Amino acid sequence: MLNAKLSRKRRRYIGFMRALMYVCAALTYALVLFLIAYVLAKGVPNISWELLSTSPSYLTERIGILPDILNTVYIVIATLLIVLPLGVGAAIYLTEYAKNKKVVAVIEYAAETLSGIPSIIYGLVGMLFFCQFLGMQTSLLAGALTLVIMNLPTIMRTTQESLKTVPQSYREGAFGLGAGKWRVIRTVVLPGCVDGVITGCILSVGRILGESAALLFTAGFAHALNGIFEGLTSAGATLTVALYVYAKEQGEFGAAFAIAAILMGLTLLINLAATLTQRYFRRKKA
Amino acid sequence: MKGKKKSFETAVHGVFLLLGLITVCCVLLITVYLIISGIPAIREIGLIKFLFGKTWASTAAEPSYGILSFILTSVYGTAGAIVIGVPIGFMTAVYLAKVASPRVKTVMESAVSLLAGIPSVVYGLVGMLILVPAIRKLFHVPDGASLFAAIIVLSIMILPSIIKVSVTALEAVPKEYEDASLALGATPVETYFKVSVPAAKSGIAAAVVLGVGRAIGEAMAVMMVSGNAANMPSLFQSVRFLTTAVASEMSYSGGLQRQALFSIALVLFLFIMLINATLNFFLKRTKER
Repeated sequence: MLNAKLSRKRRRYIGFMRALMYVCAALTYALVLFLIAYVLAKGVPNISWELLSTSPSYLTERIGILPDILNTVYIVIATLLIVLPLGVGAAIYLTEYAKNKKVVAVIEYAAETLSGIPSIIYGLVGMLFFCQFLGMQTSLLAGALTLVIMNLPTIMRTTQESLKTVPQSYREGAFGLGAGKWRVIRTVVLPGCVDGVITGCILSVGRILGESAALLFTAGFAHALNGIFEGLTSAGATLTVALYVYAKEQGEFGAAFAIAAILMGLTLLINLAATLTQRYFRRKKA
Repeated sequence: MKGKKKSFETAVHGVFLLLGLITVCCVLLITVYLIISGIPAIREIGLIKFLFGKTWASTAAEPSYGILSFILTSVYGTAGAIVIGVPIGFMTAVYLAKVASPRVKTVMESAVSLLAGIPSVVYGLVGMLILVPAIRKLFHVPDGASLFAAIIVLSIMILPSIIKVSVTALEAVPKEYEDASLALGATPVETYFKVSVPAAKSGIAAAVVLGVGRAIGEAMAVMMVSGNAANMPSLFQSVRFLTTAVASEMSYSGGLQRQALFSIALVLFLFIMLINATLNFFLKRTKER
């Protein structure tokens, strides 16, 4: 091409930058592939039915992660049940009700601040507020409430984004037919933001599964097998916390890698689900 | 009937207003709690002694609570992660935004979001078993759990934030800028780096600041690979970050030691607030353009 006419300095610059770009992109990609392959290769052989279906016992030196799996499920359910109404409500307020620009700016700034706060600080404040001040002790519920604050901005943002895509004419049409504001929200606006709520849920589940620092001091690290209601009021480790305890405190790397492989699988699944729902809703709207 | 309907609507409005203000309440709650619980220990120890004291010996007979080593470790660790992570992330972002074919881009983008989704304890675990032994062997140090291991893990963990935000910024550069540059005889690569990148510079700056925030706030992965001894930072020594200082002693602490941990959290929180403010500054500039 024109390259022959370029000065040597320019050619060298172009070649260098181009090579650097390819190397860095390849490095990033290789890193992801390596992490997946390594964790799965080390972890999958350690996953057994006994590991998945029993609780740990010091007597027989058995390691089982069933309580941790259940705790994770409980905490995901509890967190979503609480955060959904709050987050969706906040988003509806921002897009449908708020007229004062300053109020909106303050709320959005608060949400941004929340999403920037590190999880260890959430854990600390959760411990002080939920466990001690509200007297919940170290319990899954206290952990779930801490996670509610962490996930609030996510649900708010995704819901808000999908509310913005509901055409203004729908609302005007409903108002024109004599519907009150609440009725418009219930029948026109809410159905329009289902996609945002679902995306928000998927993202939140991913975040809850991966969270550990915020749960260490709020939900604790017990491995007792409980039903959901008992479970929520007693302390319990989620999968990530269990991984940390097995790897760092007990040196049980087999169990730790088994949990890591499960978490990696779930992360893959969640990413896939997020992509697919996004694609589905985009096609539906188009 | 009409009055009833009106009061019902007002009530609904009120409920939504409360829901809307909940984030503000949460931020206030966190700030107030951290300040209330963080101030007493600082008062007792003395601000200067607390912030600039070099020794942390919370369980000694004569305890001393100086967190300079934690602050410096957090600063050095974050700086190291930025030095390694930003160039790699930035170059990857330019490649994704400008060079990659749509198909490659989709694949790479899902790989990047996977990287963002991997739990931090998994990074910690892999770091513990690959990075730490490798550093011990390569550099002939007695223990590989060190600041260097933490820097590597952090630089990987901040990659997704840097790549995603930079790609968004680079894609928002008006096509006219690039066309003009190409028409003047610049090659595509020259255009990307001399026209597109400068045009997207506030967005890229925001990406870097976001990475700083992620790195300084990370606790678990760092705890698993940094050795966790309260030394002054040195590349191949066991170190303790602000985050890990809080996490490692919280479960067995009491009295002034516990209060001092809250004070450390307050210092960390102030750092984060500063970073957030910077981030907002850059994001606002991006929006204005």
